[in-house]
Amino acid sequence: MTVMQTLIDSEDEVMLRDAANGFLAEAAPVSAFRALRDAGGAYDKALWSEMAQMGWTGVLVPEAQGGAEMGHRAAGILTEEMGANLVASPFLSTAVIAATVLRGAGAEARLEQIARGEVTYALAVDEGSKHAPDAVALQAEPVGNGYRLSGTKRLVADGGFADRFLVLARTSDTGLTLFDLDAGAAGLERTSKRTIDGRDHADLSFDGVEATGADILGTLDDGLTALRPGLLAGLAALAAEMSGLARQAAGMTLAYLVERKQFGRTIGSFQALQHRAAHLYAEQEITLSAVINAGRVLDHSPAEAELAVSLAKARATATAKLTVSEAVQMHGGIGMTDEHDIGFYMKRARVGAEYLGDYGYHAARIAAARGF
Amino acid sequence: MEEAQNAQAAFRKEISNWIDSHCPASLRNQNLGEDGIVWGGKRWQFQREDQKAWLEAAIVKGLTAPTWPQPYGGAGFSRAEEKIFREEMSRLGAPSPLESFGLWMLGPALLGFGSEAQKRHFLPPVTRGEVRWCQGYSEPGAGSDLANVQTRAEDMGDHWLVNGQKIWTSYADQADWIFALVRTDREAPKHKGITFLLIDMESAGVTTRPIQLISGKSPFCETFFDNVKVPKSYGDGIDAHVGEVNRGWDVAKYLLTHEREMIGDGAGGLLSGRAVGSFLQDIDAAVLADPVIRAQAMALEVDDMAFALTMQRYKDRAEAGTSLGDSSAMLKYAGTELNKRRYELLMSAAGADGLEWDGAHGALSPEWLRSKANSIEGGTSEVMLEIISKRLLGMPMK
Repeated sequence: MTVMQTLIDSEDEVMLRDAANGFLAEAAPVSAFRALRDAGGAYDKALWSEMAQMGWTGVLVPEAQGGAEMGHRAAGILTEEMGANLVASPFLSTAVIAATVLRGAGAEARLEQIARGEVTYALAVDEGSKHAPDAVALQAEPVGNGYRLSGTKRLVADGGFADRFLVLARTSDTGLTLFDLDAGAAGLERTSKRTIDGRDHADLSFDGVEATGADILGTLDDGLTALRPGLLAGLAALAAEMSGLARQAAGMTLAYLVERKQFGRTIGSFQALQHRAAHLYAEQEITLSAVINAGRVLDHSPAEAELAVSLAKARATATAKLTVSEAVQMHGGIGMTDEHDIGFYMKRARVGAEYLGDYGYHAARIAAARGF
Repeated sequence: MEEAQNAQAAFRKEISNWIDSHCPASLRNQNLGEDGIVWGGKRWQFQREDQKAWLEAAIVKGLTAPTWPQPYGGAGFSRAEEKIFREEMSRLGAPSPLESFGLWMLGPALLGFGSEAQKRHFLPPVTRGEVRWCQGYSEPGAGSDLANVQTRAEDMGDHWLVNGQKIWTSYADQADWIFALVRTDREAPKHKGITFLLIDMESAGVTTRPIQLISGKSPFCETFFDNVKVPKSYGDGIDAHVGEVNRGWDVAKYLLTHEREMIGDGAGGLLSGRAVGSFLQDIDAAVLADPVIRAQAMALEVDDMAFALTMQRYKDRAEAGTSLGDSSAMLKYAGTELNKRRYELLMSAAGADGLEWDGAHGALSPEWLRSKANSIEGGTSEVMLEIISKRLLGMPMK
């Protein structure tokens, strides 16, 4: 596996984290997410504009297109802090996944829009219950000079509000092609779904949606090549989000253990709980190393990033699931109430665990890369 | 900045040339295992002439103890220089010329707490491999609760009279001297009556008995002290005790931290065993068709790789100036538990081929059995979890 020169944050990265932390604590605390959920909202548009002003939406956009071009580790630092605060925004779909794919395809005008926060994207790849980009059935039939897309996409993140979709479609028996389509195209219908994490998701149905060759990203019948960098970037940032989520859930739990009294003593003084908290700490530290490494490898040798990225996603999935499960247990009854925030972390961790491939999917990719 | 880089590059070139011209080719890139380790000592017999030549060359340069000051037999390297030296040794496939408890433990203790006379007397023979030391810490009643040592040293005026028993004294049967924790004040609180004492193993009344482990032969011994007379001084200014009398716990604690910090370099083989991936490639492919073994192997590979990155990250942190400190407890806990899991998997994958003492996979079964001690020796997993929860997480005592 490729391992980077340094796995500790640079001064710039520490500053970025501090800035993100300070901004999100003020502008997007968990209470803001709760209010958004209670109101049935998808995301805070004013917050998204502020993210654009700070250069976050352009974190992966080249400077020539008005981006901040801070790189994948920086994107991971941002999603880590967003994960800690449960920030609902199109950052992962738009600023990470779409920006990476569009950059590879040289779609400069779109990149400029992303950097300015003027467009949101959603990734429409999966059709079944599990992540399987090569099992796409949605057909793009050649008609005249263009294509006609028919089929469905399942539970597309940010699909209820996104302005545009990156759609992976079958163009031949062996070929998949990636299209960049307007969400308002005729024949495209989206049905919003209520998911446990309170974020925006939608099922999409395509009924003869028209596309042209100009809508294709990358090459015809080779959409996976165009998509792959976007998936890797998304996975690394998602792993970072889950790592930040686990850090915060564990921090809240630790604070609760020190404050809560039973049997006349703080429950954090019980060794049974101390050792479980210590074990969680070890798991988080180990996962953080994989998360940092994935960002670094994407920044410095993206062609070799697959193993590092799968490792980060697998570890982050396992650690986040363990942490939220322990967190709710250690909170006891209050942890089961909707009034307490800890349940939000459990629900977001569950969605993150599935998105872009679960533990088994990535562990199998690692095993294959390691030759067994 | 640039000047420092040039100096480093020049140092690297010089040390690399030196290693290349002095380390015999027959020793390079050899995996000699236990037999490859040169321990030294009065009774040491070299198995190979090339090891002798390599040690003699290293002694002249002070490279058996690269960071120790030159007057004590070291090379006086800075940490950065030592890192370059180790990198070049590894790159050229050169083995360590000498290993010993004297280098690992006694040296740091004396450098931190010893008098000038003690350092000049005891350290150079260690660097030359002339005197072999062993460590007398644990006792039958003092394991995780190490401060409960009961081996007594009575003040008899010009000498100490030592009685008691030590256990897990590695290579005590081969060692020339022992550094031991002994109780010199039985009235004081348990941490306050301990002294760090240097004892000649040839003294009358010292006996050793090897310990057979569940995994077979081991370097561990029991060491018995029966009315052993230890002179209070070995010469002008050369006390038999290190640090102050009754303050030996300070020295012991310092060494325990030091020992755990060496975890950062993967010390003692506690954290490394056979690589899972290559092992699985070599076995019957049908084994991997078993979904449970396959799933466990994949999970282990994931955790193995992430742990290796974590070791790397903490090394990077240390180089950037954040010392490992109590985080070593987290690394020790996670690394040793992982190693036990690794051996459980390898045994499952090997099946019947792993059941002989020396079978198709060599000494796999003894390695598996030996791995069970990883989470006991050097502080149990439970003690590590205590350190993490109390010192890193600040969880309350009550």
